[in-house]
Amino acid sequence: MKLRLLFTAGTAALLFTTGCANVKPWERGTLTDDTMRADRHPIETAQAQHIWFSREEATGGSGVGGGGCGCN
Amino acid sequence: MNTSLLKKLAVATLLAGTLFTAPAALKVGDTAPDLAGFKLEGPLPSSFKGKVVILDFWASWCGPCAESFPVMDELQKKYQDQGLVIVAVSVDEKAAKMETFLKKNPVSFTVVRDAEHKLVATVEPPTMPTSFIIDREGKVRFLHSGFHGATTRKEYVEQIESLLKATP
Repeated sequence: MKLRLLFTAGTAALLFTTGCANVKPWERGTLTDDTMRADRHPIETAQAQHIWFSREEATGGSGVGGGGCGCN
Repeated sequence: MNTSLLKKLAVATLLAGTLFTAPAALKVGDTAPDLAGFKLEGPLPSSFKGKVVILDFWASWCGPCAESFPVMDELQKKYQDQGLVIVAVSVDEKAAKMETFLKKNPVSFTVVRDAEHKLVATVEPPTMPTSFIIDREGKVRFLHSGFHGATTRKEYVEQIESLLKATP
């Protein structure tokens, strides 16, 4: 019984004290800042792509632009 | 682990889910909040009495908002004589960013800034932009979540015209 209570309490704690922050739609100004983009320098992006293509055998899959705006 | 515990866990998970995805606090049918009580930056129209109001929440970093501004400007010019008032509330944290946006997208309707995020936290718009269309009695009648170009524009026109028909 005690163990079960402990287990339930532990699970509840896991559910409610996760490290996820719920960023409200109106608080996404910082997330959408240009400096948050991984591909904001075209030349650097092209070079990184080239390295992945020629050395790492991993290419593509990075062509989808995703801002942090979450609008619409 | 027995099934009753699993059931409890499932319920707890569902409850947690609803907690984390709260819909807009201001809903269709609610009475619109009195904007004067939220310390908004910038002058508000002297009275909303008997007016049809579009209360729009936007930000300078939001793409669809920039798209919505010319449309709302057009609507304001077209319907203001019949009693339409548009109030666009910026949620920008920096006033300078809002100013830059407004220089690029000049408009004739009222723009204020919710610097302290008090109004926006009360209304809880589900996305940027969100607009509430409020009737002459001060009740929220329509909610637009996001701006979808011509589709939203058409809905705006139909809804505004239907609300303007009511006598103040």
